[in-house]
Amino acid sequence: MDSTALDPFILSRIQFAANISFHILFPTITIALGWVLFYFKLRYHRSGDAAWMDAYFFWVKVFALSFAMGVVSGITMSFQFGTNWPGFMETVGNIAGPLLAYEIMTAFFLEAVFVGIMLFGFRRVSNRIHTLATFLVAFGTTMSAFWILVLNSWMQTPAGFEMRDGVAHATDWFAIIFNPSMPYRLIHMLLASGLTVAFLIAGISALRYLLGDRTPALRKALNTGIVLGAVLIPAQILAGDMHGLNTLEHQPAKIAAMEGHWETQSRAPLILFALPDEEARQNHFEVKIPGLASLILTHSLDGEVPGLNDFVLEDGTIKHPPVVPVFWGFRIMVGIGMLMLVMAWTGTWFLWRRRASDNPLPRWLALGLVPMAASGWVATLSGWYVTEIGRQPWLVTGVMTTKDALGPVAGGMVLSTLLAYLAVYVLLLGAYAFVIIRLAVKAARQGDERPEPGPAGGTAIPGGKDAMPQPAE
Amino acid sequence: MDVTLLYPYLPVVFAGLMGIAILVYVILDGFDLGVGILFAVAPVEDRDRMIASIGPFWDANETWLVLAIGILLVAFPVAHGVILTELYLPVAIMLIGLIARGVAFEFRAKATDEEKWLWNRVFFLGSLVTALSQGYMLGAYVLGLDGDRATMLFGFVVALCLTAAYAAIGAAWLIYKTDGDLQKRAVAWMRRALILAMGGMAAISLATPFASDRIFAKWFSVPEIVALAPLPLMTAILFGYLFWQLAHLPDRNDRFSLLPFIAMTAIMVLGFFGLAYSFYPYVVPDRTTIYEAAAAPESLMIVLVGAMVVIPVIAIYSIYAYRVFGGKATDLRYD
Repeated sequence: MDSTALDPFILSRIQFAANISFHILFPTITIALGWVLFYFKLRYHRSGDAAWMDAYFFWVKVFALSFAMGVVSGITMSFQFGTNWPGFMETVGNIAGPLLAYEIMTAFFLEAVFVGIMLFGFRRVSNRIHTLATFLVAFGTTMSAFWILVLNSWMQTPAGFEMRDGVAHATDWFAIIFNPSMPYRLIHMLLASGLTVAFLIAGISALRYLLGDRTPALRKALNTGIVLGAVLIPAQILAGDMHGLNTLEHQPAKIAAMEGHWETQSRAPLILFALPDEEARQNHFEVKIPGLASLILTHSLDGEVPGLNDFVLEDGTIKHPPVVPVFWGFRIMVGIGMLMLVMAWTGTWFLWRRRASDNPLPRWLALGLVPMAASGWVATLSGWYVTEIGRQPWLVTGVMTTKDALGPVAGGMVLSTLLAYLAVYVLLLGAYAFVIIRLAVKAARQGDERPEPGPAGGTAIPGGKDAMPQPAE
Repeated sequence: MDVTLLYPYLPVVFAGLMGIAILVYVILDGFDLGVGILFAVAPVEDRDRMIASIGPFWDANETWLVLAIGILLVAFPVAHGVILTELYLPVAIMLIGLIARGVAFEFRAKATDEEKWLWNRVFFLGSLVTALSQGYMLGAYVLGLDGDRATMLFGFVVALCLTAAYAAIGAAWLIYKTDGDLQKRAVAWMRRALILAMGGMAAISLATPFASDRIFAKWFSVPEIVALAPLPLMTAILFGYLFWQLAHLPDRNDRFSLLPFIAMTAIMVLGFFGLAYSFYPYVVPDRTTIYEAAAAPESLMIVLVGAMVVIPVIAIYSIYAYRVFGGKATDLRYD
């Protein structure tokens, strides 16, 4: 048997990548969708307009499904460290451990307990408590993002620790939590979540719109999605640029791979297209704009930008990440960002111009928005591949390599479980997309998601608050 | 106060916290896994209500597993790696089971009547596979994580026993949360599951001391044997009481419907203490003690301070959520 085919190192990396890629899809939705649902509820409180609750009831179903997928795939993640990468916790457990513990204690329980009330408690608690539950779930998902991004950033740019006998010991928790890349990465990811949700809402709403849905609830969701996207995308471009500058300072090899620069140079060109060749250590078919990379990265045309060849040791050992996935991952992410900018601003312009009309969106634009529903996912995954593959060969930069952390499990075992996970993930993603599209089609057909006021359509709840809660004011 | 004085006690404190997390998990997720296992025998018309009885709770219940594994990872990082690499395959199978049953809740809620059978089946199989693999891991752990044939056989016995125990506590939950025909059926289910669980528990209790000389010495020596005698004795009394109570349920005013759940919880607590006593001070049986495997005390202290504040708050809002959905289960609605 081909030995590379069953290399437990490669297989374990693929398995971890598969598990975490599948997992991150759903938190990316629930982090921001929790806040959007909270916003819908606040608007309902203010206006008493039931259309806001209709929008809530549609999107809370998408939230429920995404949340469940996130919870179960997250449980998988908590086991992956031990099953495949035991060296990680053995070396940096003193730092990673408390961060993960705080994530579980301050985030997981909060979201998991209050999500029950948020989803099923509307008729059992007062409207205020229900809104509070929605807030706490959104807050919990955001706290979870905070802690996990602290840990990930620490792995990228470690600080506040010392090594004793090969084990990391914390010396300064403030420096660990607010490590150099944390603020940039956290903001970049939270905005990515916001954009993913904005375009999911815009895309699914556009689908309902194309099916003839013109209800007030649909209009509110459509406006929310498109305008949210239009507001967040410039902020994301700015945050991404600052994150890039931070990476240049702390992880220059990653920037060199993203830019596809082999040699360190001033007046470095921005390479728009190329086929990087790691064997020949050069690019084929380059399309470039002279000087622009130096301008973007150093804010000066003459600025010096690092090249990949600086990260090859004299004995030929390569200390930079694989170039092709980082180079292309970055271009896919940026390309989708540009597309988002065009779509969201065009959409906002039409929504404003035709605000009095029943048909605010031209058909071609609505058709274009539908596939954009998944654009945030693609961009987020591409961005994560850039930063995670871009960290290689390190697991914790300068402290331990990914290979150091590998456990003793045989390749065949890793392969068989990997195939099982992949089969489950493909089936679940298909079912997830199918169910959301069907929810949209059903909502468009029914026109309105409004619940029957009072217990007439449902089941009497003894001792519960049967009547539909009224807005506070 | 000098916090470094606490450092020698941190391993045992965290072993205790991890024990509590595992125990709470086994009881809480035990009942919702049990309800899933009972789908095997439940008539179609009962299934919506069975789901409704656990729908608002299962997310939070599973979080206790993440906490338990989190404490293992945080407090005993070396043991975490050894245990999980040894149990690689059953862990993966359990995770796939957990994924399947977790998403089945949500997909089922959005399925047409024609598709429900599919998600019913996924929910049942996911619950069953999760329970079996957890039982198998417990059995393998008890016998010291050796991969020989006897260990595997023992693992399968414990797998059946734990699955039966989950089914029993699931049925106890249904007795408490439902009424009418479903409640009557749950009483019958619990009786059957109890017989299997009781037999399994007896077999494990007898086999464990003979599998390990160390555990034998811990139990069968004077004066320990006198001090420990109440443990099996109380367990036996509780089983006897449960069979008697089940013969008198459902009662006319539904005053005693929570008692089977409480008794079953007590049995699980007793069983847990028996195991904990057998293993202390080892975290990897006969290989690594909690003192050898513990993480740096400075890091554990940071976590402990947080845990002292946060865990009581978690307990308060968890109880609140159970109260919001208190009483007999009704249909779940998003709106």
